[in-house]
Amino acid sequence: MAQMTMIQAITDAMRTELKNDENVLVFGEDVGQNGGVFRATEGLQKEFGEERVFDTPLAESGIGGMSIGLALQGFRPVPEIQFFGFVFETMDAISGQMARYRYRSGGTRTMPITVRSPFGGGVHTPELHADSLEGLMAQQPGLKVVIPSNPYDAKGLLIQSIRDNDPVIFLEHMKLYRSFREEVPEEEYTIDLGKAEVKREGKDVTLIAYGAMVHTALKAADELEENGISAEIIDLRTVAPIDYETIMESVKKTNRAVVLQEAQKVAGVAANVVSEIQEKAILHLEAPVLRVTAPDTVYPFSQAETVWLPNHNDVVEKVNQVMNF
Amino acid sequence: MKRSLENIENQFEMFQILNEKGEIVNEDAMPDLSDDDLKEIMRRMVYTRILDQRSIALNRQGRLGFYAPTAGQEASQLGSHYALEKEDFILPGYRDVPQLIWHGLPLYQAFLFSRGHFHGNQMPEGVNAVSPQIIIGAQITQAAGVGIGMKKRGKDAIAITYTGDGGASQGDFYEGINFAGAFNAQAVFVVQNNRYAISVPVEKQSAAKTIAQKAVAAGIEGIQVDGMDVLAVYAATKDARERAINGEGPTLIETMTYRYGPHTMAGDDPTRYRTEETDNEWEAKDPIVRFRTFLENKGLWSEEEENEVIEQAKEEVKAAIKKADEQPKQKVTELMDIMYEELPASLQEQREEYEAKESK
Repeated sequence: MAQMTMIQAITDAMRTELKNDENVLVFGEDVGQNGGVFRATEGLQKEFGEERVFDTPLAESGIGGMSIGLALQGFRPVPEIQFFGFVFETMDAISGQMARYRYRSGGTRTMPITVRSPFGGGVHTPELHADSLEGLMAQQPGLKVVIPSNPYDAKGLLIQSIRDNDPVIFLEHMKLYRSFREEVPEEEYTIDLGKAEVKREGKDVTLIAYGAMVHTALKAADELEENGISAEIIDLRTVAPIDYETIMESVKKTNRAVVLQEAQKVAGVAANVVSEIQEKAILHLEAPVLRVTAPDTVYPFSQAETVWLPNHNDVVEKVNQVMNF
Repeated sequence: MKRSLENIENQFEMFQILNEKGEIVNEDAMPDLSDDDLKEIMRRMVYTRILDQRSIALNRQGRLGFYAPTAGQEASQLGSHYALEKEDFILPGYRDVPQLIWHGLPLYQAFLFSRGHFHGNQMPEGVNAVSPQIIIGAQITQAAGVGIGMKKRGKDAIAITYTGDGGASQGDFYEGINFAGAFNAQAVFVVQNNRYAISVPVEKQSAAKTIAQKAVAAGIEGIQVDGMDVLAVYAATKDARERAINGEGPTLIETMTYRYGPHTMAGDDPTRYRTEETDNEWEAKDPIVRFRTFLENKGLWSEEEENEVIEQAKEEVKAAIKKADEQPKQKVTELMDIMYEELPASLQEQREEYEAKESK
């Protein structure tokens, strides 16, 4: 088995599907010759040719619209939005168009498009590169939103996303791209969309997270364990639709929960998770469900981002609050 | 320092074959159409004019929903459509229902689209089109994608999309024609310049003298056509289609036309922004009147034939409305079922709530 970083696992997933299905097309700004600004498509144009892996003009709305047109011709497009902050330029193509095509056509047309995009804070980018905008996507009916937290999941989830017949927004946290390696099978495998994973079992409190915050939760859990608090960690992996079954099962066991997201408090998906827990499991709760989020400002200038981003100390603090409620 | 704007703009002269009096003014450009073809084009224009009148009346009676009148634009809509083949893919704007009907969308489904019933958006098998786009311009980037896909598939077909003069101001218009040019897409972009985007006159949309010249910036062919002359629109579209399929690139066609009616039937009052003089000036260019004169002079058309088409259109509208009335009402649960290939658990829960409501 190979050791891969998350970016290598992502490339590997695209390579797998380019091989499996001749309808798969990979394209975007700098995606062809250059292999993408993060090298996510490294070597793919050379291997599969310019008809299947190619550069586009610099226009995100055009990329979105072109993806739809190609899907109408039976292709399975995998466009890249170079940084997810640029998604505002193509909001109509995504939320106004591809998310609605199946519905609009009375179920007669499908949009098997996987929009891949790097996002996430902590890597000192200029403005509109690091924003966590998954909440915008997750509240659009018709879209699925996938956010892997590790190389193994990234490969299995991306293959499954490309095979999915509905549009998927696949968000790749930039900080995770090369932060660690792990064993990733070279052969193909898939992970179902909409299924969370219990990353660590515990009995006192449930930490619900996704993307890079899964690692923040793990770090906090180590510290909590030293203080005798056993935290269970759920990695959502898909934030639309959310696997509430796994969440409820855990909360009914631990009776306490803290939801983590890198996004601002009004954004993201944590609010949905909290609402659903109180609707479905209030009698199991020993304390209010708290959130660890960023504050409600625009994503900060990079000099302030380390303080702005939620960290493991914030998690420990919130867990102590629910434990001592 | 060489300045080029004036030179470029002066290149764009309106292409015309049949003038307002019904005379051929450009014999060399006369398309190769049989007498039967010419009569069929006339039949379709007359039929569509009646369909428009009936649709407006039905809307006023509350028997149709969203409706964007088409009278005045028949030559632009049907002349361009007549140049297409069944394999060609149409991405229409909201006023372009007639092209869908002549491409194979049954009339009762067009009425269901107007009424907001999703069966109206379900193209029958083999009808290569999507339902009318509501977001102005969104169809243009999609048409580029369809045209790129056709090229990748090696199809002898094109994507054709329609918008208006207002649509040519959208970012998606520029991105769409630019992508089409960059990938040499098999695509034709028709801008029906009917002079008003709801109320805003085309002069306020852009400093450009023509919309056709915008093609130059995208590196594709552009042509301005008399949109009240069905022969010119047909010839320009036919030529654009052939060039696209031959790998000679996409084309932007601007048709100079006019909508006689309001923007839509939802309360627009054209007297607030157009004068009677302008209306009269354009009605004197009427596409049906001039084509009728042309056909009558050739001995190809008579009042009886026209009346037959009118009666047929009225009968078919009546039958189609009846069929639309018979369509079962759509349910919220049915809409939930067409959101995704598989219903997510959370939506399944909501579906159960609505199923209970709907069974009451």
